[in-house]
Amino acid sequence: MSLESAAAAAYLVAGLLFVLSLAGLSKHETAKAGNGYGMAGMALALVATVALAADDLEAAAIVAILVAMAAGAAIGLWRARQVEMTGMPELIALLHSFVGLAAVLVGWNGYLSVEGAPEGEAEVLGLATEIHSAEVAIGVFIGAVTFTGSIVAFLKLSARIRSNPLVLPGKNWLNLGALAAFAVLTVVFVISPNLPVLAVLTALALALGWHLVASIGGGDMPVVVSMLNSYSGWAAAASGFLLDNDLLIITGALVGSSGAYLSYIMCQAMNRSFISVIAGGFGNEGAAASGGGEEGEHTEITAAEVAELLQDAESVVITPGYGMAVAHAQGPVADLTRRLTDAGVDVRFGIHPVAGRLPGHMNVLLAEARVPYDVVLEMDEINDDLARTSVVLVIGANDTVNPSAAEDPSSPIAGMPVLRVWEAENVIVFKRSMNTGYAGVQNPLFFRENTRMLFGDARERVEDILKAL
Amino acid sequence: MLIGVPRESSPGETRVAATPTTVRSLIGLGHEVVVESGAGAAASHPDEAYAEAGARIGTAAQAWGAGLVLHVGKPARAELDLLREDAVLVSLLAPAFDPNMIRELTGRPVTALAMDAVPRISRAQSLDVLSSMANIAGYRAVIEAAHAFGRFFTGQVTAAGKVPPAKVLVAGAGVAGLAAIGAATSLGAIVRATDVRPEVADQIESMGGQYVGVPADEPQPGGGTGYASVTSDDYNERAAVMYAEQARDVDIVITTALIPGRPAPRLLTAEMVASMTPGSVIVDMAAAQGGNVEGSVADQVVTTPNGVTIIGYTDLPGRLPAQASQLYGTNLVNLVKLLTPAKDGELVLDMDDVVIRAMTVVRNGQVLWPPPPVAVSAAPAVAAPPPPLVKVEKQPMTTGRRSALVGLAAALLFVATAFAPNQLVGNLTVFALSVVIGYYVIGHVHHALHTPLMSVTNAISGIIVVGAILQLGHISGVVTVLAFIAVLLASINVFGGFAVTRRMLGMFTRGPARAAVTTTAGAHR
Repeated sequence: MSLESAAAAAYLVAGLLFVLSLAGLSKHETAKAGNGYGMAGMALALVATVALAADDLEAAAIVAILVAMAAGAAIGLWRARQVEMTGMPELIALLHSFVGLAAVLVGWNGYLSVEGAPEGEAEVLGLATEIHSAEVAIGVFIGAVTFTGSIVAFLKLSARIRSNPLVLPGKNWLNLGALAAFAVLTVVFVISPNLPVLAVLTALALALGWHLVASIGGGDMPVVVSMLNSYSGWAAAASGFLLDNDLLIITGALVGSSGAYLSYIMCQAMNRSFISVIAGGFGNEGAAASGGGEEGEHTEITAAEVAELLQDAESVVITPGYGMAVAHAQGPVADLTRRLTDAGVDVRFGIHPVAGRLPGHMNVLLAEARVPYDVVLEMDEINDDLARTSVVLVIGANDTVNPSAAEDPSSPIAGMPVLRVWEAENVIVFKRSMNTGYAGVQNPLFFRENTRMLFGDARERVEDILKAL
Repeated sequence: MLIGVPRESSPGETRVAATPTTVRSLIGLGHEVVVESGAGAAASHPDEAYAEAGARIGTAAQAWGAGLVLHVGKPARAELDLLREDAVLVSLLAPAFDPNMIRELTGRPVTALAMDAVPRISRAQSLDVLSSMANIAGYRAVIEAAHAFGRFFTGQVTAAGKVPPAKVLVAGAGVAGLAAIGAATSLGAIVRATDVRPEVADQIESMGGQYVGVPADEPQPGGGTGYASVTSDDYNERAAVMYAEQARDVDIVITTALIPGRPAPRLLTAEMVASMTPGSVIVDMAAAQGGNVEGSVADQVVTTPNGVTIIGYTDLPGRLPAQASQLYGTNLVNLVKLLTPAKDGELVLDMDDVVIRAMTVVRNGQVLWPPPPVAVSAAPAVAAPPPPLVKVEKQPMTTGRRSALVGLAAALLFVATAFAPNQLVGNLTVFALSVVIGYYVIGHVHHALHTPLMSVTNAISGIIVVGAILQLGHISGVVTVLAFIAVLLASINVFGGFAVTRRMLGMFTRGPARAAVTTTAGAHR
C-alpha cells in the first residue's frame, strides 16, 4: 500500500460518507447523524490530503497549510456561532462566494503551474495540454460567475444594495453574448494559453456573474441561492477535472445536482421555468392584464379582536412569509403558538416552498423559536385542511396566498401553486400597508369577506395579541 | 360630527342603532355620540354602558338634532320635524315599497340614506343590513318552529324508545334560508332545501342541508341583482309538484322566498298545508309581503283545522334584540367609516360612490330615488368575460421529444467520451454517476431541511480545499500565495458550514404532546 493508494481509498470512503450525509438529511430523525457523516468524510479527506502533501513538501509549506486552515476554521466557526437565523440566506450566499473564489484561484494556479510555468518547472501532465487548458478556462469561468453572483446575492439579501432587479437594455443578449465570448476565449486559450486571455476570461465571467444576479429581484432569491449552490458544486467538480481528483468530482457533482434540484423545486413552486427566472423578474408577461388590479374595500381588525377570535378557534394555521423574517416576529409567533396549543387549539404552520429568501428558511426560523417541527407542514400537506380551519394567520406572506393565482387566468402569477387560505373561515392578514407583493400583483385576498387586515409591524402586532390573550 | 342615536318609537321595535361597542368605534372615527336615554333598554344596553363607552346621554330632541342620526325603524313625522337643517338620517326606509316615506322626506333640508337599499356588491357587504337581519331572522325562524313543534329536532335512541329526527324543508336559500339550514342542522334535524337558483346547491350542502331541485328545462333568470326573480309558469307547475311531495313528508317548513318589489310567490297552497301531518309547523318569513304560504297572516300564529301551525311573524330579527342591534350597529359603523374616509369626524357624501349613491333617497330635500341600477351579481359578469389573455400553455414534454433529447444527450456524451483520453474518461464516469446519485439522494430530502441541506452542501463543496492544498508549496511564490488564500477561504466554508448546520439541526425539536393532536388531524382528513 503506497501513500497514493491509501489516499485514493480515503477519498472513496469520504465520497461515500458525503452521499450518506445528504441521505441523512432526508429526515429530521437522521439529520444530525447526516451532518456527522459529512464531518467525518471531510476530516478523512483533509487528513489524507495533508498526509499526501506532507510527503513531498518542506516544513514551511506544511505550516502554511495548517495556518491557513486554522485561520479559516476560526473565521468559519465564529461566523457560524454569530449568525442569526434571519441572516442565514446572507451567510449561505457568502459561503458560496468563497467556493467560487477558491475555484478561480485553483484554476489560475492550474495555469501558472502548467502552461504558465517557467521552462522546465512545469508539472508533468497525464494528458494533453489542450484538455488541461480547457479545464482551466471552464473552472475559472464557473468559479468567477459563482463568486460575483454570490457577492451580489449576499449584498441584496443583507440589504446593502437594493433588491430590485437591475434592468439593462437587452440584458438577455448581454448574458448570451458573454457566453458566446466565453466560448471564443476558451478556444483562443486552448490554442495559445497566455495570461492576458485568462485575465480577460476571468473579468468577463466576473461581470457575467454580477449582471446575472443583479437583474434578479428579491423574491426570486430562493431560486438564485440554490442556483449558486449548484454553481459552487460545478466549480468544485471543474477543479476536480483540472486536478484529476475524483473526490472533488464526486463532491462537486453531488453539490451541483443538489442545488439544481432545489432550484427546480423552487421554480415548480412558482410555476415558472428556470430560464424565465434567470431571464429576469415578473412583469415581463401579462402585466398589462392586471393593470391597476382588482380594487376593493378591506376590513381592518384590532389585535384584541384577533385574540378573541383565536381563543374561540378550534384550529389555527399560520402561514409565514418573508415579512416574518424581516420583522423578526418568529419569537412572538412561537409564544403565540405555545399559548394557543396549551389552551387546546390545534395550531399548525403552512409553509409555501418559496416563502422567505432561502429554501426552507421559514422552517429554520421557526425551529430557532422552538416551534416543534411536526406542526410545521408543507403546502401540499396542509392545503386540503385549510377549508376546515377556523382562523388562518397570514404573517408577512403575500403572493404565496394570492387567490388570483388559482382563479384569474390572466394574472401574471396564474398557475402558481398557492396556499388556499381563503377557504378558511377567517383569514387575518398581517401587513405593513396595502402595497403589492414581490410580483407586483394586487391580492384579492385582502378584499375577501372573510379576510381582516391587521396593519403594522408583524412583531409588535403579535405581541399585542399575546398581551390581549 | 355629532351622531345622534334616538330611542325607537315604533311599537314592538326592540332594536337600537348603536351598542356601547359600536359607539366606541364611532368615537374612534372622530365623531361625538349622543344617545337618547333608554334607547338601548330593550336590547339590554343600559344608559350607563353607553356613558361608559364615551357617549352623552340626552333627550329625544338632542338625539334627533344631531348632524348624523342613526335609526332603525321608519321615523314618524314628529321625529322628522326634530331633524336640524343639513342633517343626515340613516335608517331603514324601504324606499322601494313606501312612497309615503319618500314624500314625507321630500322638501325637508335633510339627506336620508336607506340602509335597506345597499347594493348587493361585495364591497358593500359589510353594510348590508338586509343580509345581517336575514341571518338573524333565519335562525330565529327555526327557534320559533322548534318552540311550536311538539317533538325533538334531533333523533335519539333512549330507554323509552327511539325518536326519529325531525324533517325540515327550507324554501329559498338566500341568507335567511342558509341561516335556517345551519340552525336546523345544528339542532339535529334532517334538512332539505330548495331554491330556484340551482347554483346555490353547493352552499346548501356546505351548511349541512340536502338540495332538492325542481327539474327544469331552462335555467331561471337571475336578473343580475343578486336576488331571485319571477319564474315561468311551466317551472311553477313542476315546483308545485315538488312542494306537494315534500309537504306530505316533512314536519317543519320554513319559507323565505322573496322577489324584490313584488308580492311574495305562493309556494304552499292550502291543500298542501292540509296534507301535512298534524303538529307540523310552518314559518312563513315572507308573511309581510303577502306570504309564501296560503293562509299565513302577518304577525300572527294561525293553526289550521288539521293542526298545522303557521307562524307569520314579521319581526323575527327584533326577537333577538341584542344580536340584531349588534349586527345593525356594526353595519352602521361600516357605513360611517365609508362616510368619514379620513377618520377625522368630517362627513363626506361621495355621490360618485355607487354604494352611497344607491342608498341616498333624498339629498337636501331633493328626491334621488330610484338610483341608477348597479350591476351586481357575479353571473352576468362571467357571462361576458374579457377575452382571456392568450398565454402559451406550457406543454408537458411528449414522450417522443423526451426520448429524442435523452438520445441526443447520450450520443453527445458517447462522442465526447470516445474521443477523450483515458484519464478524462475516468473522470467523466465518476462525474456522471455522481450527478445521478446526487439527484436521487436530494430528491428525498424533507422540505423543512432544505436550509440545512444547503449549508451542508456548502460545507462539503469546501472540499475544494483539497485541490488548493495539493497546489500549495509548488513552484512559484505566486502559486503558493494564491493557494494559501484558497485554502483559507475553503476552510471557512468547511468549518463554518458544518458548524452552522449543527447549530440549526439542534434547533429542530419535536413537540412532546403532538401525538394526540396529530391523530385527530389524521382522523378528520
